[in-house]
Amino acid sequence: MPDKSKIFFLLVIFLVIVTSPFIYNMVRTPAGVVVKLNTPVIDNMTVKQCILPKEQMIHDHMKILNSWRDDVVRGNHREFGKIDGVMYEKSLQLTCLHCHSNKSEFCDRCHTYASVSVYCWDCHVAQKENKL
Amino acid sequence: MKILLPFLGVIGIVLVAFVGVGLLNLQYLFGVIIPYTAFAVFLAGVVLRILKWGRSAVPFCIPTTVGQQKSFPWIKRNRFDNPSNNFEVIVRMALEVLLFRSLFSNTSTALKEDERRLVHQSSKWLWLGGLAFHWSFFIVLLRHFRLFMDPVPASLYLVESMDGFVQLGVPVLYWTGLILLISVTYLFIRRVVITNVRYISLPNDHFPLLLVLFIALTGLIMRYVLKVNVISVKAFTVGLFSLKPNLTQDLGLIFYIHLLLVSVLLAYFPFSKLMHSAGVFLSPTRNMPNNSRRIRHINPWNYPVKVHTYEEYENDFRDKMKTVGLPLEKE
Repeated sequence: MPDKSKIFFLLVIFLVIVTSPFIYNMVRTPAGVVVKLNTPVIDNMTVKQCILPKEQMIHDHMKILNSWRDDVVRGNHREFGKIDGVMYEKSLQLTCLHCHSNKSEFCDRCHTYASVSVYCWDCHVAQKENKL
Repeated sequence: MKILLPFLGVIGIVLVAFVGVGLLNLQYLFGVIIPYTAFAVFLAGVVLRILKWGRSAVPFCIPTTVGQQKSFPWIKRNRFDNPSNNFEVIVRMALEVLLFRSLFSNTSTALKEDERRLVHQSSKWLWLGGLAFHWSFFIVLLRHFRLFMDPVPASLYLVESMDGFVQLGVPVLYWTGLILLISVTYLFIRRVVITNVRYISLPNDHFPLLLVLFIALTGLIMRYVLKVNVISVKAFTVGLFSLKPNLTQDLGLIFYIHLLLVSVLLAYFPFSKLMHSAGVFLSPTRNMPNNSRRIRHINPWNYPVKVHTYEEYENDFRDKMKTVGLPLEKE
């Protein structure tokens, strides 16, 4: 192969690699992400609220869960606090997943979308979901 | 001044993003126009430069060799330090590009034993730092594709799980991000601390290092300290990469700083020493087999030269040469 066609060949490979995200998104059509909040428990709530405001939950939920783990496992501090007279426990399964019982449509949606690997499920067993 | 200038340049870029987005609210300029322009400049610049290099003539067979070339069968030869065919060239080039083999044989010279003896010693730190820097940068870049592509290709999960096997707080720690920051810092400090390297360093040697240092730093801050909303970031980047930019997402100021630094790096790339990434493949000293004793390498610049051989010369002057008694090849 003459030198010029070698250079041209490598240049084409370079261009394909660099533009691959454009090509990929053109072929696969990005779907975006939608999180489902309509579990039976949430639907039955009169005031639909989480333990903290929505924005704070979106931004800090991983930090909260991480500090909860340390508090419970290392310090045995299990109480998060009372909201409207109801005590909330620092527990992924008893507090978070009590309302958000749809892991695959709630937790997993965003984490899969952005390829975030969470290690909650290294120890916790995800409860069986009732198909709505 | 040689260090201050690039340092102020990088600080300036951070400030421009800070003022432009934080105070003037020019999200569209910094989120869409500048990244697209930088990407276009990068693509066009790299392609044009490679085409320009590809047009230049290679007049001589000039591979650099550091080993015995192919000779008689009983003489041991060094295949990959003195390649004799294309296969050996490809192996040599791959070792160079992937493992920086020529840097591995780097030496430093020093006066030892009360400055009486000149010692050449092996010097592997630059090789190690360079290798750590390039490979970690490559894997960090590869990992970024999870934010460019929707849905995320399965092969990227493998890279991420191998890179992020340490669970230290949230989110998991990616080794390569840390190695990138450490190695680029080392490469910068090396340039500053070693006096003779500092002496030959120019602003355009310091600038890319500082730029990458700040890119790594802002990236790590985004991931581990400020924890930007990765869903918004991905929605935005996927928008950019499907030519449907949307700016409705709440992106932090730090993201715009990171983005502007990367845009500057992309636009700067084709005009800088960073083009060594293409240049290494186009170096005649590395991409040619050392076969000049077997195969005639004709200079492409050669134009037809009118030659007058000795045979023709003798034919022209045979009688005269004979008369004065000069020796002749043909009587």
